[in-house]
Amino acid sequence: MGNTPEATPQTSVPRNRVVRWLDERFGWEQLVAPLRHKTVPVHKLSYWYFLGGMTLFLFMIQVLTGILLLLYYRPSANEAFESVQYIMTQVKFGWLVRSIHSWSANLMIFTAFAHMFSVLFLRAYTKPRELTWVTGMVLLFLALGFGFSGYLLPWNTLAFFATKVGTEITGQVPVIGKPLLIFLRGGEEVTGATLTRFFGFHVALLPGITTMLIALHVLLIQRLGMSVPPGLEAAWKELPPNKRETPFFPNFFAHELMAWYVALGVLGALAALYPWELGTKADPFAVAPAGIKPEWYFMFMFQTLKLIPAKVGPIDGELVGILGFGLVGLIWVLLPFLGGDRHSRRQVFIRGLGVFALAYMFSMTIYGYMAAK
Amino acid sequence: MDHAETATRHEPARRRFMQFLLGGGLLASAASFLYPIVRYLVPPAAVDLGGDSVVAAKVGDLKPNSGKIFRFGSRPGLLVLTGDGEYHAMSAVCTHLNCTVQYRADVREVWCACHNGFYDLNGRNVAGPPPRPLESYDVHIKGDEIFVSRRRRA
Repeated sequence: MGNTPEATPQTSVPRNRVVRWLDERFGWEQLVAPLRHKTVPVHKLSYWYFLGGMTLFLFMIQVLTGILLLLYYRPSANEAFESVQYIMTQVKFGWLVRSIHSWSANLMIFTAFAHMFSVLFLRAYTKPRELTWVTGMVLLFLALGFGFSGYLLPWNTLAFFATKVGTEITGQVPVIGKPLLIFLRGGEEVTGATLTRFFGFHVALLPGITTMLIALHVLLIQRLGMSVPPGLEAAWKELPPNKRETPFFPNFFAHELMAWYVALGVLGALAALYPWELGTKADPFAVAPAGIKPEWYFMFMFQTLKLIPAKVGPIDGELVGILGFGLVGLIWVLLPFLGGDRHSRRQVFIRGLGVFALAYMFSMTIYGYMAAK
Repeated sequence: MDHAETATRHEPARRRFMQFLLGGGLLASAASFLYPIVRYLVPPAAVDLGGDSVVAAKVGDLKPNSGKIFRFGSRPGLLVLTGDGEYHAMSAVCTHLNCTVQYRADVREVWCACHNGFYDLNGRNVAGPPPRPLESYDVHIKGDEIFVSRRRRA
C-alpha cells in the first residue's frame, strides 16, 4: 500500500479548489487526516458519549447569547438592573435571548455534572486519560464560577444576597480567606465594585481560560481516542471481529448535530414557556428576604452548611464544612491518580464513592428545597 | 420481488422528496433562529424627549459676538448673538461628518474644527468640505427666556 503514490497524504490532491489552495500552502489534508480516521466505538452505552459534546454546544450557546446581551447590558450598580429590565421589555426578543442564556447556563451545569459522573462510572478517567479528567474537573469548577459570577450581574435582591453569602463563605477559609474575600468583593462589602469585578470575571477572565482549557480537553480526547467500558474492551480484545466502530465524521457528528438541534428546540421552548424572572433591584440596606436560597447546583453545599452545628469540637462548624468540601473537590480532581488503572480493585471503591456522592448531592438538594419552603 | 423492484425504481424521486423536506425544515428553522437575533440587534428607537421647542438660554447669558451650544432633543444646537444684538440658532451638527460646530468670533462665522468647514450665520455652507447647510431654527424671546424651535415646513 505504501508503494502506491496515491495513498500517501502528500500526493493526494483534494478536489475542492479552496481546499486545494489551503493544502498547497500548509498541508491541509495532513492536518485533517486524524479527523477523517477518528472513530467512535458503538455499543449499548454509546449514548453517554453525547454528554461532553452537549456541554460544549451549550457553552457555544452561552458565548453567542452572552455576546448579544453585552450589546445592551451595563455593568454598574446604578444601571445594571435597569439595563436588564430594558433588555427584557424594550429590546425585540431581548427576553428570549436572556432567558436562553439563563436556561442554557443551568442545563450546561447539569450536563457537565452528568458528563463527569458518566466518565467516572464508565472508568473512562483512568490511565491514560488522567489529564483529560483533570482538565474536565477544572472546567466543571469554571462552569460553577460562571454561574456564581453571572448570577450577580442583573443586580437583583436574590443575587445580591447570594453573592454576600457566597463570598462570605470564601472568607472563612483559613489564612487566604480574608484577602480572597476582599479581592472578590473589591472591598469589604458587596457593592458596585463587586459587580464590576464579577462582570470582568464573567465576560473576560473565565471565558478566556475556559476556551483554552476546552481546546486542551478536546485535543486530549482527539489524541487518546474514545474510551471503551472495561468489560467491553476485554470482550473486544478476545474476539476482535465483534468490535464495532463508526466514523466520527460524518456519522457520529451527524448524530451529535441532531442532538444539538433537539437541545436548541428544548431551550427555545423552556425560554418561551418559563422566561427567566428579574426580581427586584438590589438594595444594600434592605433586609434579606425569607426563603433565600442559592442556585440549585450550590444547594447541596448550602444545605450541608446549614446542618453543621456552630461548633464541631473546638473548630467553627462553617470551617469544617468548607474544608470538607475543599478536600472532597481536591480528591475528586486527583481520582485518576488515586484509583490505579481501570482493572484495579480500588475502582470498586471509587464507584461506591461516586454512587454515594451522587446520592448525597441528590438528597441534599431535595432536602434543601423542602427546607426552604 | 415485484414490490422491491418498484421500490428501487422510485428511490431517486423519494430521496429527492426527503431531501427537500429535510433541507426545507433545516432552512426554516435556521430562519427562525436568525430572525430573533437580527431583530435583537436593531436597537429600539430612543424617545426624543426634546420636542420641537427648547429654552436655549436666558437673555443676558450671551455676550455680543459669541455663541453657545444647547441641547436640542438628543443633538446639540448652536445659538449665536451677533454684534448687532441679533440671535441666530441652527443645528450644531456639521453636515460633513457629524462633528459639533462652534462660533468663531474672529471671522464672525460658524466653524467646524474637524475639517475646517465654514458656515455663515444662516447656516449656509460657505467654505470647506460641508456639502449642505446646517438646519437653521427659529428664535423667539419670551420674558427673559430664549426659545428655539424647529422651523415648520410650509
